[in-house]
Amino acid sequence: MVKSAYSISNVKEKIENHIIVVWVDNEAGVLARVIGLFSGRGYNIDSLAVAEVDKKKNISRITISTSGTTQVLQQIKLQLGKLIPVHKVAGFSKNKETLLREMALLKVVSSKAKLEKARKLCKKYKYTVLDKTEKSFVLEVSALKKEIDDLVKKLQPLGLASTSRTGVVAMTKGPEIYKQK
Amino acid sequence: MANLISGAEILFKVLEDQEVKHIFGYPGGAVLPIYDELKNHKSIKHILVRHEQGAGHAAEGYARSSGKPGVMLVTSGPGATNAVTALTDAYMDSVPLVCITGQVPTHLIGTDAFQECDTTGITRPCTKHNWLVKDVNKLSSILHKAFKVATTGRPGPVLVDIPKDIQFKKGKYIKPKELKDKKKVNINFNEKNNDKEIEQAVNLIKKSTKPILYTGGGVINSGPEATKLLRELTSLTGFPITSTLQGLGAFPGNDSQFLGMLGMHGTYEANNAMHDCDLMINIGARFDDRITGKIDEFSPKSKKIHIDIDPSSINKNVNVDIAIVEDVKIVLEKLIFSIKNKYPDFSNSNKKMIASWWKQIEAWRKKNSLGFLNSKEVIKPQYAVQKLYELTKAQDTFITTEVGQHQMWAAQHYKFDKPNRWMTSGGLGTMGYGLPAAIGVQVANPDKLVIDIAGEASVLMTMQEMSTAVQYNLPIKIFILNNQYMGMVRQWQELLHEKNYSESYTAALPDFVKLAEAYGCVGIRANKPNELEEKIEEMLSVNRPVIFDCVVDKEENCYPMIPSGKAHNQMLLGKKDEGEEISEEGKVLV
Repeated sequence: MVKSAYSISNVKEKIENHIIVVWVDNEAGVLARVIGLFSGRGYNIDSLAVAEVDKKKNISRITISTSGTTQVLQQIKLQLGKLIPVHKVAGFSKNKETLLREMALLKVVSSKAKLEKARKLCKKYKYTVLDKTEKSFVLEVSALKKEIDDLVKKLQPLGLASTSRTGVVAMTKGPEIYKQK
Repeated sequence: MANLISGAEILFKVLEDQEVKHIFGYPGGAVLPIYDELKNHKSIKHILVRHEQGAGHAAEGYARSSGKPGVMLVTSGPGATNAVTALTDAYMDSVPLVCITGQVPTHLIGTDAFQECDTTGITRPCTKHNWLVKDVNKLSSILHKAFKVATTGRPGPVLVDIPKDIQFKKGKYIKPKELKDKKKVNINFNEKNNDKEIEQAVNLIKKSTKPILYTGGGVINSGPEATKLLRELTSLTGFPITSTLQGLGAFPGNDSQFLGMLGMHGTYEANNAMHDCDLMINIGARFDDRITGKIDEFSPKSKKIHIDIDPSSINKNVNVDIAIVEDVKIVLEKLIFSIKNKYPDFSNSNKKMIASWWKQIEAWRKKNSLGFLNSKEVIKPQYAVQKLYELTKAQDTFITTEVGQHQMWAAQHYKFDKPNRWMTSGGLGTMGYGLPAAIGVQVANPDKLVIDIAGEASVLMTMQEMSTAVQYNLPIKIFILNNQYMGMVRQWQELLHEKNYSESYTAALPDFVKLAEAYGCVGIRANKPNELEEKIEEMLSVNRPVIFDCVVDKEENCYPMIPSGKAHNQMLLGKKDEGEEISEEGKVLV
């Protein structure tokens, strides 16, 4: 007999990645409520982006990149929906209908030759140079998470000194916006 | 210019408008302005507890026995942290509770001031919502909203943290009807169109040959009307019905269609019927792990209908075929209407359909899984609960419990036929719940018989509240099944840990009779089975608080039991099932 008063789980299910967008009242403690729900119930947060999006209505939009089984992902949305300051919850699948972007600031400090090499490397990404000195530059890149991961990896041997990344933000394609119920 | 009044007075105006009659509390530095204001509001009676946890459980007992929200008032820091267990308990068992906490003055928040703690931070995971009030003009709207959140949808606890300076500050009081709720309140469950689900459910009900109704605390929370409708649905369909721990009383415990409680210590017939059924109708229950046993072998052959007001209860533990998210009362109305409308002759035509199912259930019933070996030498705990039931069933009795073996024996052997008569800590399993809960029940029901069926270990956790009972002349009866062990811990150690009874025996227990006398109440002890009846009669004849020390068999185990990691159809039935000798007279039939 298993030595526990609780049952032992041996169910292995597929883990999926998912984007959850939550519209909340921009009030004290609201982010703690959302994040506390994730940590309290053992859900994952891979990245998080949050800012006010409607000043008049005082609403913030939180974009959470998460992973879990289908059942867990459904629970996350339902549990979020129960929080009092939450207005609506949307699940964005990672497919062609969803636009995803993450932004990064990258500082490279290196020799002139290596800086030049680094600049060339960046060419296939959309980037802006925000600051430049003889020994360094700071880039702004907006791309998919995977692309930024790649770029960071490639820049590392060329003198990448500092990396700052936002969490992913998401939006659906086409004229529709997400409406609850 | 509107009338400006202090924050403390605003609080009482809200309580008056919310028709609050009793608050359970304990004063302290950060709530003194509120306590100062108390004298001006005669319609509100304050019950002084001896520990803030007691205030919380008393408010829970009050709420569960009356259907109204319980209100508690405690100070900052330790006052608030002591309330956390009760808040979590109320959260798990869906009890409407409004907790008012004092807080250090606004300008001291964050400075580690005396008796400061992050109350809203600490209680965020154990409340439906909480508020820190920083503007006295928002106090009335926050408090009114707090009552609304606590009592609507799936009920639960809320907390409002009021800094001391806000209690002094003058502001405007706004009546509930004058409130403009501009923001969407995320608590309204509007009438939903679930006609399709209802129709599908009725089709399944019509087709089923092995149905079962599995009902929970949601039926009781939905109100007395829901209980009536449940009885109507059960008699209309002729289906067998079982209940969770929290749902006891929604359906009469003595009715022939009732299979008893299900789950870890549920009856053989209820659990086997759950396992073998072809249609399970879950009404206001949540597929808790004490109910389901091994989840991947849970009721493998059934279609499942789940009725729940909380959308997050759906597919949380068990995937269901039809989900109806709405108040139980409304769904039952729709179901009954739809069945009667579509199949006017349903109850007759259905009888044949489920006749062989009932035959099977009767065969399981013959196992008499709640039976036990009685003794003439020592009081068996089950026998004590049965005696207590026999001697109190003629009057409207309210039962609370602590947590452990005695709780399960009470659930198995005490039969309830009305809702709101059974108050027990199920989700959180809080030892020490029953005594203060009994105080709350007695405050809400002053002329009724209120008994806490207790264990000696649990009851010591909140024993100090006897002092509260004495102060307010609350004639609660604390009926302790005293086996000197933490019985459920001991039982698990026997079954799962090779009888290594590590720290589960309590040496140096107090003399409960003397303890009762020390508190100024009545102490009674029963040692032998033949004196039990007389002593219980004595307890019932006293119109004062009583501690009843019922000395029971030390090593009795609670059966039947689904052992861990097993499915519903693999129950242990205890000694009498293990082929030990059972004399006919010793076999107590239930």
